[in-house]
Amino acid sequence: MRNKFTTLSSTVVPLPIENIDTDQIIPARFLKATTREGFGENLFRDWRYDKQGEPKADFVMNSPIYKGQILVAGKNFGCGSSREHAAWAIDGAGFRAVVSSFFADIFRNNALNNGLLPVTVSETMLAEIFKAAEADPATELKIDLEAQTIEIVGTSSKESFDIAPYKKQCLMNGYDDVDFLVSIRNEIEHFEQR
Amino acid sequence: MNTLFDKIWDSHTVRTLDGGSCVLYIDRQYIHEVTSPQAFAGLRQRGIEVFRPSQVTASPDHNIPTQNQHLPISEPQSAEQVATLERNCTEHGITIFPIGSERNGIIHVIGPQTGLTQPGMTIVCGDSHTSTHGALGCVAFGIGTSEVEMALASQCILQSKPKSMRINIEGELGKGVCSKDIILYIISKLGTGGGTGHFVEFAGSAIRSLSMEARMTICNMSIEMGARGGMIAPDQTTFDYLKGREFAPKGKDWDAAVERWSKLRSDDDAVFDKEVTFDAADIEPMITYGTNPGMGTAISNTIPTTEKMDEAEKVTFDKALSYMGFKEGEPMLGKKVDYVFVGSCTNGRIEDLRAFAHFVKGKKKADSVTAWIVPGSKEVEKMAIEEGLQEILHEAGFELRQPGCSACLAMNEDKIPAGKYCVATSNRNFEGRQGPDSRTMLAGPLVAAAAAVTGVVTDPRELL
Repeated sequence: MRNKFTTLSSTVVPLPIENIDTDQIIPARFLKATTREGFGENLFRDWRYDKQGEPKADFVMNSPIYKGQILVAGKNFGCGSSREHAAWAIDGAGFRAVVSSFFADIFRNNALNNGLLPVTVSETMLAEIFKAAEADPATELKIDLEAQTIEIVGTSSKESFDIAPYKKQCLMNGYDDVDFLVSIRNEIEHFEQR
Repeated sequence: MNTLFDKIWDSHTVRTLDGGSCVLYIDRQYIHEVTSPQAFAGLRQRGIEVFRPSQVTASPDHNIPTQNQHLPISEPQSAEQVATLERNCTEHGITIFPIGSERNGIIHVIGPQTGLTQPGMTIVCGDSHTSTHGALGCVAFGIGTSEVEMALASQCILQSKPKSMRINIEGELGKGVCSKDIILYIISKLGTGGGTGHFVEFAGSAIRSLSMEARMTICNMSIEMGARGGMIAPDQTTFDYLKGREFAPKGKDWDAAVERWSKLRSDDDAVFDKEVTFDAADIEPMITYGTNPGMGTAISNTIPTTEKMDEAEKVTFDKALSYMGFKEGEPMLGKKVDYVFVGSCTNGRIEDLRAFAHFVKGKKKADSVTAWIVPGSKEVEKMAIEEGLQEILHEAGFELRQPGCSACLAMNEDKIPAGKYCVATSNRNFEGRQGPDSRTMLAGPLVAAAAAVTGVVTDPRELL
């Protein structure tokens, strides 16, 4: 049973870079663990820390003013490797949703399978979020999964977003696919006989 | 009026849920040491067995050393991952090809090579380059670890059906242009998100004329344009490649299989959600200048300028060039090369080593270049030795290493030092991909060979 996702209101961590690949999210040299824990501390490792392991002041996650449970990133977020460690790292660093105008397919599935909600917004909305967060780091987004809406709190900027109905149910109820698939093993066996 | 992709996908759909998620049956699952341990841990936690162990095959590849493989792995975490894979396979009755054994290698090289990968199959692996197997006419794609667990638990995964896309390459390829140049060209035109949400079929006369291994290079990099996977309809080239391979059907079964496989093609009136056509004659040897595989250009061209880019694009472009230490508008020819890496699931097969070896034969490696020639599998290594390629390489100043993923993602010791430039035949030039602060220029084996003997980015056609 995973954590349930219903609504989320939070300030954001803006990362207005396009094509952020999973090697940036979690470099390959940190993929050597055999458990799912502990990846959060190496999220965006080489952008976040210098060679001596000291935080780089110009990276947004090290900024004292940008905190929150929603990561907002440029288009084509999560491209590259299929490593689910990328979703584990984002989740492990305390994020519950990622907002972008475009997600890579495998990353989107991996996020959904870990209760981390990928929210696809229009280019216009994404630009508005970046602008609002830049002007006021206290800007909050509200994500309502049931209604499938996202809004910049206190403004008229509001959009609906898509999510596969089955995945929505999984997130809202904390179900996962393995339980479901194991429950239909008979049907799968029957399929194999055809 | 169905596409090849539709035919295979639909015939493997056990059930479609409300809203369109499909329960997709998986014929073959490949696993390796990096993305499987958490999946097995999940099974253990749930107290369930692997559903169809005979349909799963394992090979450690990502973080194994490419020298002295007879010795224990010195890096403790890598050793632990490899040992964990072996334990999990033993516990669940899964076939594994251990390090140093004759079938070991990069999982996407050994699947086709052993005949485990066959036309019409659905294939998954916790690795985005699983798309390689699509070259044999399969629906093959990379998945995350939760999905690895699903497939182990039920031989199925839940998946939305991607849209279909066809990319046609028509005409004849120019001299010195190889399949790596085709795929780098396509990605440079469509961008790293150009195929996202789609499953791509590669077609056209230039694709048909390619060897099986050359086709694998193309399908391998489908993911680099965001596509869920890539595939090529099976034909005589496919059947000739597979015939007699260890796990390919034999005798009457072979004849029946070929009859079945021959029907695997998109109908003439099939409609694709997206279709693009390129002229093979427009493709030149390619090289990348930036930090994603879409940032590539014909080797004789200059790096693009930012004039026509919007603000968001410019920020990303500037960041990439600054990382690479390049400037907009500069020529690529003549740029200094410190390292050359030949290998990976993209270009680590015997034809790649042959192309490289024949090019450097009678020439000498530039003193300023460190070169790593890494076969994609033990079998490729063996062939390279038996065919005399190792000797040719040795005489030209190159050394053949042992198989593995190596410097493609630098999880083992094969790391490009900070700030150094590497011409790599692998698939990704992301920041730090080949080691922290390493700078990667992706290219095919001929461009790599030309760089290795000159020490700078060189058009291989000038030395052919």
